[in-house]
Amino acid sequence: MDEAMTGMNEEVGLSFGADDSEPLGQTPGSASGAETPAKFVSRGVDVFYGAKQALFSIDIDIMPNEVTALIGPSGCGKSTFLRCLNRMNDIIDGCRFSGSIVLDGEDIYARAIDVVHLRARVGMVFQKPNPFPKSVYENVAYGPRIHGLASSTADMDEVVRTSLERAGLWEEVKDRLHEPGTGLSGGQQQRLCIARAIAVEPEVILMDEPCSALDPIATARIEELIDELRTNYTIVIVTHNVQQAARVSQRTAFFHLGKLIEFGDTDQIFTNPRAERTRDYITGRFG
Amino acid sequence: MSNAASPAAAAPRLAAAPTPTSVRVKASLTRRYRAERRFRAYGIVAILVALGFLVLLFSSIIGNGYSAFWQASLRLDITLDATAIDPDGTRDPDTLATADYAGLIREALSKRFPGVSGRDARRKLFGLVSQGGTYDLARMVSADPGLIGRTISVWLPLSDDADMLIKGHIPRDVAEAERRVSDQEIVWLDELAAKGDVEKKFNVRFFTNGDSREPELAGIWGATVGSLLTMLVTIAISFPLGVASAVYLEEFARKNRWTDLIEVNINNLAAVPSIVFGLLGLAVFLNFFGLPRSAPLVGGLVLAIMTLPTIIIAGRAALTSVPPSIREAAYGLGASPVQAVFHHVLPLAMPGMLTGAIIGMARALGETAPLLMIGMVAFIVDIPHGFRDPATVLPVQVYLWADSPERAFVEKTSAAIMVLLAFLIVMNAAAVYLRKKFEVRW
Repeated sequence: MDEAMTGMNEEVGLSFGADDSEPLGQTPGSASGAETPAKFVSRGVDVFYGAKQALFSIDIDIMPNEVTALIGPSGCGKSTFLRCLNRMNDIIDGCRFSGSIVLDGEDIYARAIDVVHLRARVGMVFQKPNPFPKSVYENVAYGPRIHGLASSTADMDEVVRTSLERAGLWEEVKDRLHEPGTGLSGGQQQRLCIARAIAVEPEVILMDEPCSALDPIATARIEELIDELRTNYTIVIVTHNVQQAARVSQRTAFFHLGKLIEFGDTDQIFTNPRAERTRDYITGRFG
Repeated sequence: MSNAASPAAAAPRLAAAPTPTSVRVKASLTRRYRAERRFRAYGIVAILVALGFLVLLFSSIIGNGYSAFWQASLRLDITLDATAIDPDGTRDPDTLATADYAGLIREALSKRFPGVSGRDARRKLFGLVSQGGTYDLARMVSADPGLIGRTISVWLPLSDDADMLIKGHIPRDVAEAERRVSDQEIVWLDELAAKGDVEKKFNVRFFTNGDSREPELAGIWGATVGSLLTMLVTIAISFPLGVASAVYLEEFARKNRWTDLIEVNINNLAAVPSIVFGLLGLAVFLNFFGLPRSAPLVGGLVLAIMTLPTIIIAGRAALTSVPPSIREAAYGLGASPVQAVFHHVLPLAMPGMLTGAIIGMARALGETAPLLMIGMVAFIVDIPHGFRDPATVLPVQVYLWADSPERAFVEKTSAAIMVLLAFLIVMNAAAVYLRKKFEVRW
């Protein structure tokens, strides 16, 4: 089903009524509530690729220790938004950003922010498993090493071990730590990438369609893992798979054509969507 | 096409009969298979032609050149007379090195052929032995002064003409005036050969000597050392510069009009005729900076400039072929751009860069024209010992020998080409080995 959704392009799905520019659902501020401050606060985020505008005034609050799912048809801007959160778009030529994204009270697009430091705080897992062509151990140890997080070899061994354990990969690879990470299966490679991200002790983990290249069993393992990781990390996941968003996330944001259509509790989005487009998308009528 | 299709279209449609489309596809299939067979035949012909030329080239070079690895030598019993070598008995090294060994050889030859008289005949007889023989004797006596006073049996190199005759490169059945060896010399040589006193020995001199006016004494070592020194300078300058430029242009430079301009210019530089680089070297390194003429240092600099564009282009291609996911993974972990490049991208691009560098070096190794401009074409006998010593290189040595009139230089030329080719094969093998060693499998 999610395969069919990837066929979506911008011409399709234009058969909607008036373009409601205001997203439905929780208005910013009310979502965060008074008790817990939001981890990320995004306000008026516009992103341009050259002359083409990819995101239109996105306002989202991402809560700590929750899984926030970004869903929507292909080309809707959900991955672009995700990549704004750790400024990965900076490395794309011709990409312009305006608006503000605040992480724990700090504007991450402020001049004083060090991008390298930001990316150490906000880790990322990519669509296609991309382990370094080095050993399993070196893959996990790389982040801690460049940030100087382990003072001795024993320390590093410990970091590698706990990271692999938390990623649920330790039992499978403990005897082959020094074999190439690229020799693992697709699902193991993706968990290795998650272990690699965890090893830097980030506060937030961004996942860009982490299961789209995996089989259903590997997908189920990653979904379990995401649910476990939620206790320690804030997770933002982009997915094509609506069911996956329903299974793993606490909050869901629905993007369409670069606009945030609806953002709210996952339960509410899936049982009682307020926007017609959200309803059409999650019931598979387009996308 | 219509011919093939019309009977199919006219055929009645039976229940199990093939549909008209399938008949047409089938008809076109035979045509396509024919085209495919034809194309394969062209390919095989092309490869055979190329192989034919290669075989022709190699057989001509090896056929001409293999005899240069042997040198006809003459066995003589030489009396190392103490009064002739060291009349004072001091055993002073200078005296030992400069004694009249040529006279001793002449004496031995006279003893060997007692009947020979008259100036012309005697000069011809003495001319059979190369001048190199005196150097050999001097070396032997200097190394072991105890030999003085004894009579020793030594193998001395024959002169180039005698050598050519023994090797059969000078025809015996033409009129005496048309060959460089007289009838009398042939008689002497045949007599010596019949007694087993003339033998073809492995030509060590060819691999240890520098250039010489005497073909039998000319060797390839000077040019080899010159080539090695030149290549060292070339690689030491062009590889780091080329890799640094490629990395900067590909990974760090902003893509704008200036970098586009630089890119276009680098591509153009790769196509500039090499002699132009020679003129540049002459104008800049010799005339402006006043660096020594004929030196491997300058040759290496010129060839480095010539090789740079190749290395930069190959390096950029190698960097672009590294999947972007690796850069993203590194950035995503908080690696700085420099760390991402040096820890991940560059190691993965290294095999491609090394291949490009070695291809550039192989081209530089075979380059003659730019070196002519900076004086590396001079006749240099001494083996160069440093980067500022006058030197020549292998391809220039080939050019110099090919230009020499003596018959014996023909085989030397081919032999020098073989040494050059061996060098190139070693370099290419190194390229393959390095690529395999650093290659990362996904």
